[in-house]
Amino acid sequence: MNLHAVRAIYRFEMARTRRTLLQSIVSPVISTSLYFVVFGAAIGSRIQQVGGVSYGSFIVPGLIMLTLLTQSVSNASFGIYFPRFTGTIYELLSAPVSYLEIVLSYVGAAATKAIMLGLIILGTARLFVPLHILHPLWMILFLVLTAVTFSLLGFIIGIWADGFEKLTLVPLLVVTPLTFLGGSFYSIDMLPPVWQKVTLVNPVVYLVSGFRWSFYGIADVSVWVSLVMTLAFLAIFLAMVAWIFRTGYRLKS
Amino acid sequence: MSPIISIRHLSKTYASGFTALDDVDLDIRRGEIFALLGPNGAGKTTLISIVCGIVNATSGSVEVDGRDIRRDYRFTRSQIGLVPQELTTDAFETPRGALAFSRGLFGKPPNPTYVEKVLRDLSLWNRRDSRIMTLSGGMKRRLLIAKALAHEPRILFLDEPTAGVDVELRRDMWQLVRELREGGVTIILTTHYIEEAEEMADRVGVINKGRIILVEDKATLMRKLGRKELVLHLQAPLAEIPAALAAYHLQLASDGNDLIYTYESDGDATGIASLLDALDAAGIGFKDLKTSESSLEDIFVRLVHEGAPA
Repeated sequence: MNLHAVRAIYRFEMARTRRTLLQSIVSPVISTSLYFVVFGAAIGSRIQQVGGVSYGSFIVPGLIMLTLLTQSVSNASFGIYFPRFTGTIYELLSAPVSYLEIVLSYVGAAATKAIMLGLIILGTARLFVPLHILHPLWMILFLVLTAVTFSLLGFIIGIWADGFEKLTLVPLLVVTPLTFLGGSFYSIDMLPPVWQKVTLVNPVVYLVSGFRWSFYGIADVSVWVSLVMTLAFLAIFLAMVAWIFRTGYRLKS
Repeated sequence: MSPIISIRHLSKTYASGFTALDDVDLDIRRGEIFALLGPNGAGKTTLISIVCGIVNATSGSVEVDGRDIRRDYRFTRSQIGLVPQELTTDAFETPRGALAFSRGLFGKPPNPTYVEKVLRDLSLWNRRDSRIMTLSGGMKRRLLIAKALAHEPRILFLDEPTAGVDVELRRDMWQLVRELREGGVTIILTTHYIEEAEEMADRVGVINKGRIILVEDKATLMRKLGRKELVLHLQAPLAEIPAALAAYHLQLASDGNDLIYTYESDGDATGIASLLDALDAAGIGFKDLKTSESSLEDIFVRLVHEGAPA
């Protein structure tokens, strides 16, 4: 394995994060704090406990998941799209680097950044609401699996996009709505029976449910179902990335 | 000695149906400077891109140092440095960071001393920590060369390296290329500046419409296909060429004041002596004469317009 290449790409991507520290880290932390102020303090004080957990604490896993999903997708998509846009992709394509190494480094860097943000938001949440994590290992497992899975999705979007508009289209029109409708701010028990069934089509439900279970032991679906679904998304995105590299889709003519 | 690059029956047809390369065979010798000439859209960049792994060939094979570019891509790509035609750089990165990145990408461990040497060789050391976006066009061009050299390649592809570069910098680049060749690096360059090929290349290949129409040692090419021209400034203008001189295929120019005689430069007998005798016999006097030799550019234009040489 060309570890020097993996390290070079990973460090390059992380350096980009450092260069855009305000946009990369401060901005999501501020927006998450605003969610706490609005949902946790202003609205949350009028909502009873959900599953024995105060509403402010209840929304923490969902908020982390919201950041994790959007940041994983946007980081990874931008990371691979930008060299395509500027033309510097020629260097990557002409380097002695395998497809696995390319994915590992770009997705690894995007996932690292998303996880860092997730942990920063977890720390920020502690300032607003009491938190305890019942299953810390499961929490880390879901955190890492989700970040990697959605960084893969971001990588696919970054390859597919042929303009900045498309680059923001999927995160804006698909990921964010699915996250809001995926039980980030509510338990699906609170929905009418029909919508409880419909919402199960939303993949984010399984991610949020599993992640929340690792915090409070309460879940909308079994934690094993959440795990299997997360792994299924991972497998689907991996297969798509493998196809992209096998065919050279949008990378090689 | 076996060629360092061996291309066999290489063809490329893009999805649009455009055939950029059509059954190309080409060998590049170790340690030479090879100039690939061709008009726009001839297939030069496609050929380079396939060897470097950026474009997939439709059919045919390419070997670098005896190894297939698909099966042994790690080896073959690590041997090659590519300077692309377009000025594509990471605007926010620094030259030093960009070289460290390129070196790592090609599987080499960090070596700040070597990176410093390359940056100094290309007069970029003083700007090593400046953002690339603040560099001039010439500096960016040099940076692309520095990046291509960051992993100590044995083969260097220069795709239009001096496009948009001023004369002084172009001379510096030529010097650098010569030094690299002396260090054992094989250099393949495509260029629009035919004087560049004339100045530097050991061998010249001409590609047109996706086919290699000629590969030749530069000196041999100039000798075989070069033409010389003798211009005689006449003492009195001629209205037409006398019938007695028809065998020399002369041309009249400057309102009949100049007589032009074209001859092959590699011919045993140029025919100049007999022409001068014939002029004397016809009573045509001249007050001055000059000879000139066709440049590689003249040869190139003839080849591209008239097809393969006889």
